[in-house]
Amino acid sequence: MTDLTQLQADLTGQIAAAADAAALEAIRVAALGKAGSVSALLKTLGAMSPEERKDKGPKINALRDAVAAAIADRKAALDAAELDARLARETLDLTLPPPPRRKGSVHPTMQTMDEMVAIFAEMGFAVAEGPDIEDDFHNFTALNFPPKHPAREMHDTFFFNEGPDGERKLLRTHTSPVQVRAMRVGNTTPPAPWIAAGQEPPIRIVVPGRTYRMDSDATHTPMFHQIEGLVIDKGIHMGHLKWTLETFIARFFETDAVTTRFRPHHFPFTEPSAEMDVGCDRSGGEVRIGTGSDWLEILGCGMVHPNVLRHCGIDPDVYQGFAFGMGVDRLGTLKYGMPDLRDMFASDTRWLAHYGFSAFQAPNPVSGLS
Amino acid sequence: MKFTLSWLKDHLETDASVQQIVDAMTMAGLEVEHVIDPAVKLAPFTVVRIVSAARHPDADRLQVCQVETVDGIKEIVCGAPNARAGLTTIYAPIGAYVPGLDVTLVEKPVRGVISNGMLCSASELEAAEESDGIMELPDDLAVGTPAVKALGLEAVIDFEVTPNRPDWLGVAGIARDLAAAGVGTLKDQSVTPVPGKFPCPIRIEVDGEACPVFAGRLIRGVKNGPSPQWLQDRLRAIGLRPINTLVDITNLISYDRCRPLHVYDAALLVGDVISARLGRGPLEHSEGDQPSPAPHRDEQLIALDGKTYDLGPEMSVIADAGGERPIGLGGVMGGESTGCSETTTDVFVESAWFDPIRTAQTGRSTGITSDAQYRFARGVDPQSVVPGLELATALILDLCGGEPSEVAVAGQAPAPPAAFTFDPAYVKALAGLDIPTSRSVAILEALGFTVTGAEPALTVTPPSWRRDVEGKADLVEEVARIAGYDALPSTPLPETPRAVGGVLTARQSRARTGRRYLAANGYAEAVTWSFTSRDTARLFGGGAEALVLANPIAAELDCMRPSILPNLIEAAARNARRGFPDAALFEIGPVFAGDAPQDQKLVIAALLAPHAPRDWGKHGEDDLYSLKGDLLGLLEELGAPVASLQTAQGTASPWYHPGRSARLQLGPKAVLAEFGELHPAVLKALDASGPMLAFEVFVEAIPEPKKKAVKTRGALALSPLMPLSRDFAFLIAADRPAGDLVKAVAGADKALIAGARVFDVYQGAGVPEGRKSLAVEVTVQPRDKTLADAEIEALSGRIVAAAEKVGAKLRT
Repeated sequence: MTDLTQLQADLTGQIAAAADAAALEAIRVAALGKAGSVSALLKTLGAMSPEERKDKGPKINALRDAVAAAIADRKAALDAAELDARLARETLDLTLPPPPRRKGSVHPTMQTMDEMVAIFAEMGFAVAEGPDIEDDFHNFTALNFPPKHPAREMHDTFFFNEGPDGERKLLRTHTSPVQVRAMRVGNTTPPAPWIAAGQEPPIRIVVPGRTYRMDSDATHTPMFHQIEGLVIDKGIHMGHLKWTLETFIARFFETDAVTTRFRPHHFPFTEPSAEMDVGCDRSGGEVRIGTGSDWLEILGCGMVHPNVLRHCGIDPDVYQGFAFGMGVDRLGTLKYGMPDLRDMFASDTRWLAHYGFSAFQAPNPVSGLS
Repeated sequence: MKFTLSWLKDHLETDASVQQIVDAMTMAGLEVEHVIDPAVKLAPFTVVRIVSAARHPDADRLQVCQVETVDGIKEIVCGAPNARAGLTTIYAPIGAYVPGLDVTLVEKPVRGVISNGMLCSASELEAAEESDGIMELPDDLAVGTPAVKALGLEAVIDFEVTPNRPDWLGVAGIARDLAAAGVGTLKDQSVTPVPGKFPCPIRIEVDGEACPVFAGRLIRGVKNGPSPQWLQDRLRAIGLRPINTLVDITNLISYDRCRPLHVYDAALLVGDVISARLGRGPLEHSEGDQPSPAPHRDEQLIALDGKTYDLGPEMSVIADAGGERPIGLGGVMGGESTGCSETTTDVFVESAWFDPIRTAQTGRSTGITSDAQYRFARGVDPQSVVPGLELATALILDLCGGEPSEVAVAGQAPAPPAAFTFDPAYVKALAGLDIPTSRSVAILEALGFTVTGAEPALTVTPPSWRRDVEGKADLVEEVARIAGYDALPSTPLPETPRAVGGVLTARQSRARTGRRYLAANGYAEAVTWSFTSRDTARLFGGGAEALVLANPIAAELDCMRPSILPNLIEAAARNARRGFPDAALFEIGPVFAGDAPQDQKLVIAALLAPHAPRDWGKHGEDDLYSLKGDLLGLLEELGAPVASLQTAQGTASPWYHPGRSARLQLGPKAVLAEFGELHPAVLKALDASGPMLAFEVFVEAIPEPKKKAVKTRGALALSPLMPLSRDFAFLIAADRPAGDLVKAVAGADKALIAGARVFDVYQGAGVPEGRKSLAVEVTVQPRDKTLADAEIEALSGRIVAAAEKVGAKLRT
């Protein structure tokens, strides 16, 4: 009979000395395999008398369990060591740069437009659109610009050549023609599905879009963006106009400190008409909104002229309302501090990266505008 | 419109300061643009007296003057020939900013002699447009008197006159609004008629179309010459050049009452009839036009500006010699032949009324924008014809002497504005302004309106100079602007039912999604002009006559763009020339296929100028496939049915590389996008270095998302069975698109095959010439039971057979 204690000591010694998984496996086979030394001992149990088995059985089983446990422990230790070694080999130099990745951005005019639409949407305004190439009727006549009136000349209109039908199309000088499309009761099937159809009052829309005037300097570009607002209902008066724009301006500039004032002005399509100024500080060569004692004109507005309502088939003795229009690019430059409007359209990648916005800064009422 | 405080005070009794007046004007709708205060500009300039003047030792044309100044005797070098001992003039010390020269004086030697300041001319002080030598001032001025005081300069207020208010083009009209706004008391503006001493020897004839009403009178025995200092100062202060007394008087009244006049030297008139009629030349003279045939004959006038103008039938012409000789463009400019000069002794004064539209048209045809033209085009008070003539007569008699004839009038002034009914409650209804009726009435009366009757039906008659007022909304504006817009309430908008599904249309949402998607994927959004050059437009399938601007801002921006790409290409090329060749740009905006509203389409365009920065990890540069990935990702975000899209290789527009471009379409008539490398010839034409990659998404072509009553999605059916994948390598003709093979393979068993994807493309050793090897991974999703080996074998057989139908052979 082999000395079990000696055998256990021998095997434990071998197990502890096993340098790798293969050596350990060889020990396991030699001890616990079919022909292994421990297995051989277990096989002797069958031939033993019950008394002998009762004495030897537990000892041999204990030997087997101890060897198996020692092998498992050793295996775990070897695995851990091997993993450590592998991880050490796998070390990467993380000071190296990642693959180049382009950084995209949203144009500040479009960001500003999205901000404005978000504010007005919360106030119950829908979004309407119209074509950039307009006719004289929608851009002028229906908006109460008398034919050949000097007010038309003030618009510095881009014209197309006269067509075969004698009609001279133009590039809209403001987004106001969409007012006409949205208010014209008879305009039930617009020329394209995206173009505003006529609707019965109540009407509450904003109209963002491209507009064009023959002008180019630091504060004027031949193409620019406007957003127009129109509210038509019973009992809408100038007080509502004032509240709407005051509320808008505070939300847009994201400060309650912004001051505003309304001044009388003249537009053919509104009566009474007004311009709105915001309080600002011009010292130091830049304009800061919400502080200072200067005023800066930012938009035109007024009560929709009875003639415009009549042109559209709306009875001015029943419905009335207000309209306003403002320059999106210009308000964007005021809020975000671009010095020259022309840079907005120059597509200099450095400028776009500096003044652009992250894709994930989509203005929304939960996380704020900017 | 410019005016001075002293001029305003001729019409307004007030103690208000310039600032108070400016504020009141702005809040009444007279938007002040600038206040030019010479006291600020000319603060350092003072009166000096030259003690002695000697020739500069080293320069013939210079003198070295000893000058008595407020700071003691100074040595000053002067180049003006009129610098002489005893002269009283104006001096600028070292450090002063000289506005007319736009320089700040520094101490530096002039030909070796230090000049301790500068003696100034009128133009250097911006007190005159041009001047000859340094100022010569009266000797009784004390040395040290501020220049502003010595020159009688005062603050000039410049404001914007809105086109509805021509009456603000006269100082008297400004005073009326300021008085209504409570800034002062309006002085009596009535004019005392001057009785004639003899019948007017000149007969006036008008053609009512050319000139509705024309009044005139002859004044004999006047003495014309330079006008008195007060008159010259008054005109100069607002930037007008004094000419002679008679002309200066007409300019004064034009600016004082918005009443343009004209004076003729009666000795130079031919015949004893002055007539106003339409021009006899052909309509519209433009370059290249054939002269129009009779009955029109050419007619011309040499106007007071010395230029010759063609007189068309749209113009009012003043003529003498029995109506044959043009001597003026009515309401616009007089003729050179009969202008008044210092030798004029008999003057014929014209006070007429010309139609605004006709005058505006004449201004456009001739390019003349005179003070008279500006006023008549906006609308002069027709009732001012005779009073204006009387006012001029009184001033001429006062300043030039002479003997006036009786007033001759021909024609009829247009009817004054009609009275209408006004309910003062409308002020509250339209403006939201709570104001007593008595206050509304007082405001209207202060502005010259006549108000009669009782509430709620007042009868209001606008004054003759307020032809802009047509209805009750206009009256609300008058009341509100004088009461002050500060008094308007701020009233929250009534709540309205909101659209439960948000306010944006699918098209608007897609533009927003596209913007955020592309920005998140490394493209910078650009906004470029809607126009391009016609030549460029032609390269991109545009350039139709209907889309060419008649008056472009620049020749290279003369045509509406048919595509966004040329603008992005040019932008990328500009960036490359600045040293930034790696542009990745996009724009979402309109393109124009025609001039009808429905011809305007919304396009999302992106452009990539691939530029591989050297990278240690050898990560590849952007290529057409990464662009395609961006495009497909975008289309998926926009809700396009990406799985159904066909990639139609080689069918994209000709501005793409023919072998490296494709359309993404649902069918040949439903093209959702085009993408590819841009054609090298197109890039060359736009002066851009390639390669550049681009895509265009035609937003309106993407099917509208289906409107569903509920937002629930179909149940998720998850198979409990593991998918398995099998790889196949096929040999196929090298020019055969891989898409054909993938489509065939995927279609071999639609029930079992969940996907097929090319994972390797190989040409070279081991692959016959003219063929390529495509390795395809096929994903198989068992449906109801695990597949047996035999079933998998059978499926493989079907896949190989399907591939063979498109000319692919399993590689063995």
